[in-house]
Amino acid sequence: MAHRWTNTLTHKDVTPQAHFMNRRQLMAGAASGVALAGIGAGAQAEEALEPNPWEDITQYNNFYEFGTGKSDPATYAGALTTDPWTVAIDGLVEKPGDYSFKDIMAEMTVEERIYRFRCVEAWSMVIPWNGFELADLLALAGVMPEGKYVRFETLYRPEEMVGQKYRTIDWPYVEGLRMDEALHPLTIMATGIYGKTIPNQNGAPLRLVVPWKYGFKSIKSIVRITVTEDQPVNTWQALQASEYGFYANVNPTVDHPRWSQATERKVGGGLFSKRVPTLMFNGYEEEVASLYEGMDLTVNY
Amino acid sequence: MTIVDRINAFARRVPTWVLYILYLLPVPWLLYLAQTGGLGREPIKALEHELGEIALQLLIIGLTITPLRRYLGINLLKFRRMFGLLAFIYVSLHLLVWLVLDVGILSQIWADILKRPYITIGMAGFMLLIPLALTSNNWSVRKLGAGWRKLHRLSYVAVILGGVHYMMLTKTWALEPVIYMAVILGLLALRLPKLRSKQAA
Repeated sequence: MAHRWTNTLTHKDVTPQAHFMNRRQLMAGAASGVALAGIGAGAQAEEALEPNPWEDITQYNNFYEFGTGKSDPATYAGALTTDPWTVAIDGLVEKPGDYSFKDIMAEMTVEERIYRFRCVEAWSMVIPWNGFELADLLALAGVMPEGKYVRFETLYRPEEMVGQKYRTIDWPYVEGLRMDEALHPLTIMATGIYGKTIPNQNGAPLRLVVPWKYGFKSIKSIVRITVTEDQPVNTWQALQASEYGFYANVNPTVDHPRWSQATERKVGGGLFSKRVPTLMFNGYEEEVASLYEGMDLTVNY
Repeated sequence: MTIVDRINAFARRVPTWVLYILYLLPVPWLLYLAQTGGLGREPIKALEHELGEIALQLLIIGLTITPLRRYLGINLLKFRRMFGLLAFIYVSLHLLVWLVLDVGILSQIWADILKRPYITIGMAGFMLLIPLALTSNNWSVRKLGAGWRKLHRLSYVAVILGGVHYMMLTKTWALEPVIYMAVILGLLALRLPKLRSKQAA
């Protein structure tokens, strides 16, 4: 079942740069009724956030599989082969197996989701994703009642992913979600941006997007999805548990030990752009706060 | 004429002001790049990092002058003050970009300086450089006598703080800051009395 959630950010919320406005208005005209239905809806829309241009989204990336520099992914990700692509879905599911990307897409309804994207490094963008709900993909494999968590794995292919030649992190990259987070209608698997096929540097051919969590949770180029009973250990938690937790919910009141999370800078604003306040759960408090009721978020960071 | 003699002869002929101009050219160039997209989609951080890295490089060049003379006989002593002052200029610009363009919120600046160890360390390094920059003139050298040399050993501490500051700000153990730190420690090790006496013997 698609369309469980309606965009609150719209195609009108585009980048301030004048040279980009023309194209963005064209895009708005071409957009589906989904975007229009969202105008003015939801308290968070008032923040007047603006989706970033294609260039910001595709040239400023953290994807250590291609290097640790922000422009490395755009430079080196072209070497990645994404067709054919298979996702192994295993663990506590009714129908474990290798699902080809083509077969998955034949079953899924792709829709547009314009989401805020907040990196743990205190920069942010707004990205118009195309994708389907993770819940629909999990339903395809059938989650068993004992399944409490979902574990994701990125491709490990050092001959095509130059960053994997260095042990900057313990490859493959791993992420995880609690089942209720995974089934939440905001949680999607993205396969496109601005209606185009998702570029390699953004996690082709399919990646997770969990908009209320720091960007590193939204694992890219996924090859394995495992439903588990135990909480998975995600890569950044394994690397530095004092700085990165399992939950990684965007939270302006819980600082990273080395920097403040109270504010963020929108990428693409140029040399004189000011920091803006970071929103609780990245502006999705209304939708997701209930998932964490009674939890101490300073402990479960 | 050996290569060392040639280098020394060339160094004698090059006026210091030429190098000042050469080493300050990156400032307008970086500002131009930042304005025109040449520093990527997020120019503030990029500019901040570029200025900081140049500052660290200049401090390291300053550390090479003495070992170059002692071990290789290359005499670049007349440029040492210039490298120190250039380093101070770049550290100041780096700090200025952080203060004005990056953070820009006074309360957060104070909180960061006090609460974030890598910023505290960076600030400490900058503070140490202030008296050194102020006494980088002939009058101070005469006035302070032997004390001047002692005072300027603070640069060793400052450059270590700079290297640590760089290492602490990356998310993982990145290669570059580790290399910088290794070079700094190596150059300082060359100054240890034991190594020096070996050379003399």
